[in-house]
Amino acid sequence: MSTLTTRPAEVGAAVGGEPLATRLHRWAVTVDHKRLGIMYVLSGLVFFLVGGIEASIMRAQLARPANDLVSPEVFNQLFTMHGTTMVFLVGMPILLGMGNYLVPLMIGARDMAFPRLNAFGFWLFLFGGLLLYFSYIGAQGLYGTAVAPDVGWFAYAPLTDRTFSRGNSTDYWILGIMVSGFGSIATGLNLVVTILSMRCRGMTLMRMPLLAWMMLIVGLLVLAALGPLTAAQVMLLFDRNLGAHFFDPQEGGSAVLWQHFFWFFGHPEVYILVLPAFGFVSEIIPTFSRKVIFGYPLMVAATVAIGFISLSVWAHHMFAVGMGPALNAFFSAMTFMIAVPTGIKIFNWIGTMWGGRIRFASPMLFATGFVAMFVIGGLTGIMLAMVPFDWQVSDSYFVVGHFHYVLFGGTVFAIFGALHYWYPKAVGRMLDETVAKWSFWLLFAGFNLTFFPMHISGMLGMPRRIYTFQPDRGLELWNVLSSSGVVLQAAGVILIVWNLLRSARKGAVAGNDPWDAWTLEWATTSPPPEHNFDVAPTVGSRRPLWDLKHPEDPDGRYE
Amino acid sequence: MRRGSAVRGDAGSKREVRFSLRSAGSRCGSLALAWAIPGFAAAAPPIAPDSLSEICDPSTGLPMPAIPTMFDPASPPAADIEALTWLLFGICAAIFVVVQGALVHAIIKYRARRRDEAAGDEPRQVYGSNPVELAWTVIPVVIVFVLTLASVRLIRDIERTSPPEGALKVVVIGHQWWWEYRYPDLGIVTANELVVPAERPVWLELHSADVNHSWWVPQLAGKMDCIPGHPNTLWFEADRPGVYLGQCAEYCGNQHANMLLRVEARAVDGPLGFDAWVANQQSPPVDDDSTTPGRDVFLALACQSCHDIAGVSEGAFGPNLTHLMSRATLGAGVAPLDRDSLRQWVDDPQTLKPGCNMPSLKLDTNQLDAVVDYLASLR
Amino acid sequence: MAATSDSLAAAAPHAEEWRPARGRTGMACLIGMECFFFGTFIVAFLFYVGKDTTGPTGKTCLSIGPVVVWSICLISSSFTVVAAVKALAKARKAAFEFWLGLTLLLGGAFIYGTVMEWRGLMLEHELFISTNLFGSTYYSLVGFHAFHVVLGLTVLGLLWTLSKFGHLGPEDTERVELVSWYWHFVDVVWIFVFTSVYLIGTGILS
Ligand code: HEA
Ligand code: HEA
Ligand code: HEC
Ligand code: CUA
Ligand SMILES: [Cu+2]
Repeated sequence: MSTLTTRPAEVGAAVGGEPLATRLHRWAVTVDHKRLGIMYVLSGLVFFLVGGIEASIMRAQLARPANDLVSPEVFNQLFTMHGTTMVFLVGMPILLGMGNYLVPLMIGARDMAFPRLNAFGFWLFLFGGLLLYFSYIGAQGLYGTAVAPDVGWFAYAPLTDRTFSRGNSTDYWILGIMVSGFGSIATGLNLVVTILSMRCRGMTLMRMPLLAWMMLIVGLLVLAALGPLTAAQVMLLFDRNLGAHFFDPQEGGSAVLWQHFFWFFGHPEVYILVLPAFGFVSEIIPTFSRKVIFGYPLMVAATVAIGFISLSVWAHHMFAVGMGPALNAFFSAMTFMIAVPTGIKIFNWIGTMWGGRIRFASPMLFATGFVAMFVIGGLTGIMLAMVPFDWQVSDSYFVVGHFHYVLFGGTVFAIFGALHYWYPKAVGRMLDETVAKWSFWLLFAGFNLTFFPMHISGMLGMPRRIYTFQPDRGLELWNVLSSSGVVLQAAGVILIVWNLLRSARKGAVAGNDPWDAWTLEWATTSPPPEHNFDVAPTVGSRRPLWDLKHPEDPDGRYE
Repeated sequence: MRRGSAVRGDAGSKREVRFSLRSAGSRCGSLALAWAIPGFAAAAPPIAPDSLSEICDPSTGLPMPAIPTMFDPASPPAADIEALTWLLFGICAAIFVVVQGALVHAIIKYRARRRDEAAGDEPRQVYGSNPVELAWTVIPVVIVFVLTLASVRLIRDIERTSPPEGALKVVVIGHQWWWEYRYPDLGIVTANELVVPAERPVWLELHSADVNHSWWVPQLAGKMDCIPGHPNTLWFEADRPGVYLGQCAEYCGNQHANMLLRVEARAVDGPLGFDAWVANQQSPPVDDDSTTPGRDVFLALACQSCHDIAGVSEGAFGPNLTHLMSRATLGAGVAPLDRDSLRQWVDDPQTLKPGCNMPSLKLDTNQLDAVVDYLASLR
Repeated sequence: MAATSDSLAAAAPHAEEWRPARGRTGMACLIGMECFFFGTFIVAFLFYVGKDTTGPTGKTCLSIGPVVVWSICLISSSFTVVAAVKALAKARKAAFEFWLGLTLLLGGAFIYGTVMEWRGLMLEHELFISTNLFGSTYYSLVGFHAFHVVLGLTVLGLLWTLSKFGHLGPEDTERVELVSWYWHFVDVVWIFVFTSVYLIGTGILS
């Protein structure tokens, strides 16, 4: 009963014959996790271009001191929208969207646990994002001057109070994020339930691909983190619109409480943004090293540990707030602790490569780049956790350097790796390897050129969120370097986008299993049929396809 | 990498413990730096040697570093932090070298060769190794433990809960987008430029009149936020007379970028000394008949509703102008305080500091000249 | 290379493995998320107890007597809803509707209590959400709880109507039970809200 055969007819242009309206309609009403996943990724990429353009304008403004390319108002909107976009409309949707696409396939399920909730989540995210950007038109009412939010992505009180933030821009920020947040909650819940309840036969928890483990923890973190954010945003909304006083110091309200609420969300959020990336890398590295992942149980334990610890380190964003020595020491210690499970992951990836037979196809390039860059970002994170050092560099460009290393060098590199890895599965065609390699090296060079100098300008005394910087403080060189790197990055991004678009029509046909990989998604056609698997699979180990390819030496006995 | 020692020596001898920690730190840091990644190494030279070359502040004659950075500390908290920084660099550079070294080694050594690929079979599958995994769990635990101890110890040393003995007390109030300084024990109120005696501890009480700000002068101490309804404290003690620059480090709205900080640490005695400054600040404002027309304009216009000039007006929304001309800069550092820029400022502050909270009052030329004459007399 | 094969389906036979039911897991997740949501409001309330710059505050304007009565109603509705689910499982339609109806009444009584309390606070004490910190934290915390009670009542009411029209049978027990979980959750949250607002906020426990 050879049921799982290639379906060349479906590759790429299976629906090519239908009129456009019909096709669009099918996408709009779909509840299929794969289509929703693709829509998540596509909208996330569009927002990435928008956020990247915003960043490019900022860098152009900061290319030299006392520049007046943009006004202070515009600059303040730019970094607010850039940060908010990248975190809520790029990172979250792309990662959750890829989880959406991959998790059911990897655990041998037919779809997500609640397909309709899934579609609902996607549309909430999209409308939330559009609402946020609608602020450019509507923030002061349709007849006034338009202003986007300009309070920074963490919107510290009391700058967000009516007194200091007039007009409606901050309300757009609150509502846009809140609506897309509901979407994330729906998707997070869906991921958790799918992973716990929908695994195929034989897929015990300890046989799940690591990506599924990471997504499980991410789902739980989403549930734990977005509730408080929503609650705090409701309070802020009440402050601004009903005259409540939660964060209003004039009436005894506390500006510091907002910071606690925000970072109780904000810190788990950054792990929500990196755990899926860890997951991608944990799938890519073994495949291209031709080795089983090193130390699977410890990897799982480390993931769970990161999940727990990340809930108790939030105030490391507040060392300069004046919490007192005891709290500073506590949060410093907790933050250091997270280096241990994260380090375990780094070492286990290197351990997987050790003794392997590494093929540097484009996904592996990005995954290796991820490991190298993330280590730098992690180490600067460790430096920030050292409270006295943080007193100097907090809110300076050093922090900006730190988080771009983890967010871009970490998350975005892993996302690009994952796109290159799973594109053949989702589209049925291969990406162009030469173009992919060019884009990697351009991004890699441009990324380091942009973000490494930021550490130096930060330590030299350059605060973040300034629309212009002082001449004669030794900052010119570092800023012009940062700005010039953006050109290379933009070239890399354009190449990737071009590759993604072009290969959908022109790429070589992929076949089911182009990378000779071991997880379940490669056992079905590319792209997979709507029901994923013709016969519900049964697995006997962590690498079901290894067992198939090496019947003489299956995995199960080593686990 | 011996650069820092010449300057730091004298401060270090006063504080035995700190000095040893610091030199250990910088030795360790230098060692690592010597062979660390090009990035770190490249970063080092411009940070230090430049900042040691000092220039003279034109208005006070006080020395001023070319680059006011945390790597040229002039006060115990900043010096301690600098020492710690080198230690941190050292540890992180070592971890960096080990991890990236292993990664690069794996990349080079275990790269697939064509012949392997042809062979088609897979390399040996290694599922894990308890001793190895234990090692790379325990070693980081130890490192992290050491880091925690260092962190906790320095927090305790620096973050004081009560003023150091003999400290000068100053209340700092952040405003959008300028600084107010009050010396409660001396009865002085001034703005934007903090004048303190060198070699005497200073105890700052940080407040905010509106939104969050952060007081950051890297050479003196780490930053501390000014939060409405949540007073904070910070201390420093300038080792040597000098001008120390910084700027507001917490995003506070439109002109956050132009909310600069300037601290003048002066010797106690002498015509430019701290005591002389205090005496001048405590004296009533200049009242010269020749400037009466300007004063009248000042009082007739809205100026007086926002600005305080002792004995003349009592506004509290803008900076105190009683001894305006004793300051070196205008508008929290956006321009040097000379007649031209003062005139431009009073004419339309938005041209110098777009977005600031002082409107242009659209004075005619006569009024403008009169007011500027008057302001220029407020020494 | 093509690894696709039917052998994936034919691998070693497995005993049917246990997987938590979808609905239950989903509801558990939802409840977990809601705990963090309410937790935030409770933290805000407790953080601000006694920090008001002006009155009225919990000490001066909350009377605990009536609230105890309404709380007893709400808590007992947790028991009646359990009885309702049991009845449904045994296909005893009339008993199910009776217990469910009683739950609705008890929940409704609680809402009535909240409405009366708010009326008193607004008319007699002139306490509004904009009055002071107590007003802000009290109305939002108690309000969000009441909102959840109303949500629960709506769904329970829907079930009751469905049953009246004969569209609900023992085969739906699991789904109804999930609703009852939600109802229990709303009750448990109330215990925390009650402790914070009426015991700590009034100074009875401090
Ligand atoms: C993907 C997102 C991501 C990730 C993964 C991290 C990871 C870490 N971050 Fe980062 N961080 C951000 C995103 C992220 N961060 C963002 C967005 C901000 C700024 C928000 C804002 O203000 O706008 C921020 C800010 C931030 C601050 C506040 C700075 C300030 O504002 O003053 C701190 C302070 O402690 C910090 C610390 C850390 C630490 C210790 C880690 C650790 O998890 C890193 C652990 C990893 C390693 C350490 C490397 C690998 C380990 C080894 C090789 C083992 C051996 C190592 C040792 C024994 C040390 N981060
Ligand atoms: C995942 C998260 C993420 C990513 C990927 C990035 C990517 C980039 N970021 Fe950003 N950044 C943040 C998250 C992120 N950032 C956050 C959270 C903040 C804090 C905000 C705050 O303070 O509130 C921040 C802040 C921040 C600042 C500090 C602003 C300030 O404090 O004043 C700067 C300054 O240089 C910066 C720069 C950049 C640059 C140059 C990129 C580049 O890597 C971008 C590369 C992309 C491109 C260059 C786009 C290419 C597109 C094209 C070429 C267009 C083609 C067009 C069409 C086809 C239509 N970012
Ligand atoms: C609406 C209130 C307001 C009025 C009216 C006003 N000012 Fe100001 N003024 C300010 C504020 C606020 C600042 C600080 C601006 C900043 O640095 O961001 C300031 C700064 C100044 C400074 C610079 C002080 C310093 O130490 O840098 C001078 C000089 C000054 N004002 C003079 C005047 C004169 C003269 C008038 C009347 C013609 C006037 N102001 C009217 C609010 C006002
Ligand atoms: Cu004040 Cu930034
Ligand atoms: Cu954090």
